[in-house]
Amino acid sequence: MARFTGENLTCIRGERCVFTGLDFAIQPGGALKLVGPNGSGKSSLLRLMAGLIPPASGSLAWDDGAVSEDPEEHNGRLHYVGHLDAVKTVLTVAENVRFWAGLRPGADTARSAVVAALGVFGIAHLVDVPGRFLSAGQRRRVNLTRIVSAPAELWLLDEPTTALDAAATAGLEQTMARHRAGGGMVVVSTHTEVGLDGAEVLDLSDFAENVHDEADSMAVGL
Amino acid sequence: MTRFMHIVRRDLYLALRQGMDSAMVVMFFVLAVVLFPFGVGPEANILARIASGVIWVAALLASMLSLERLFQTDFEDGSLELLSLAPMTLEVIVLAKVTTHWLTTGLPLIAAAPLLAVLMNMNIDGFGTLILALAIGTPTLSLLGSVGAALILGSRRGGVLLSLLILPLYIPLLIFGVSAVDSAISGFAVRPQLMIMGGFLVATLPLCPWAASAALRQALE
Repeated sequence: MARFTGENLTCIRGERCVFTGLDFAIQPGGALKLVGPNGSGKSSLLRLMAGLIPPASGSLAWDDGAVSEDPEEHNGRLHYVGHLDAVKTVLTVAENVRFWAGLRPGADTARSAVVAALGVFGIAHLVDVPGRFLSAGQRRRVNLTRIVSAPAELWLLDEPTTALDAAATAGLEQTMARHRAGGGMVVVSTHTEVGLDGAEVLDLSDFAENVHDEADSMAVGL
Repeated sequence: MTRFMHIVRRDLYLALRQGMDSAMVVMFFVLAVVLFPFGVGPEANILARIASGVIWVAALLASMLSLERLFQTDFEDGSLELLSLAPMTLEVIVLAKVTTHWLTTGLPLIAAAPLLAVLMNMNIDGFGTLILALAIGTPTLSLLGSVGAALILGSRRGGVLLSLLILPLYIPLLIFGVSAVDSAISGFAVRPQLMIMGGFLVATLPLCPWAASAALRQALE
């Protein structure tokens, strides 16, 4: 079985070092919970894991094979949920889900499969509703349905519980548990309590660069 | 290939649902050309002489109108991020978007061009070449435009910046497009001009998606 590791990762955003010297390793069925204050680099780490931003130093590896060597293959095995829900306002819920599922191999885009996937998050009744009539929480549920509707080993979820109610959060917890039971991996960044049994916790503030940068001293001087 | 078509289908569908974009492009094209007789005066000979140039310039401007939104809406709602994470190369995704842009902009322009040629009193000998030259030239416009559209992502007032970036690149195409039509009207061979325009198309087909995806990756970082 595959394992996903990162070694000595450094992330620099806008000339500011967000974190440095970060290592992680996720086994099949494993989970990683990213915690830390705002701006500590949780989202940056997830985007880095997804390959959206290249690490300033260090490397990511999947089964000892460097991720940067075949980004396309890496894309094929991950699902990323970011801050934006990518729900098109003029397409219905089913059309939205079906489009994203259709871009991946091994996805079942039949209507019954889409309705079943929507049922996981309790929005099967919205299947023919256009995206513009959805609430923030419903849009988030549609986005989460996207990751259920096509198989991928690695789930990268950036604050997935934002705008979700208790029932949907419970549904997400069950879905993640099922995914892990099947050998999948989950990385979640969160400020709230998300049930992830046996998850390793990574506090991003431990990896912040420990220097007072010039901006601080200048602010004091002013 | 099926995934390429999947994206094209979705974008066409979106264009259709969101409605007026391509209709507006054609309307702009027609209006821009129709303005010329008012400005230059109704002298039939003068109109006939400037017809091909006016139609080409109007076509360039019209095709640029909808370019700004080529990636913008997908960028804003997070779709572009997810598209770039789909298990396919970003270049193919750009090519799918360019194809949709051409189908919703270039194709209607080609269809409207003969009507405008009649309005401008263009010599009938030039009609076939005008359509042929537009058919070769408009895909190149969409391809070049995709680079500009990718570069302006995230900037405010991107539309103006886009025209500053892209219009100079359109000049060679304009020169040969107009010259092809003029040659046809004066009875010269049009093959050289059309071949050069074909060369532009063949060169931009791999280069522009490559450059545009590099710009998109930058925008997504």
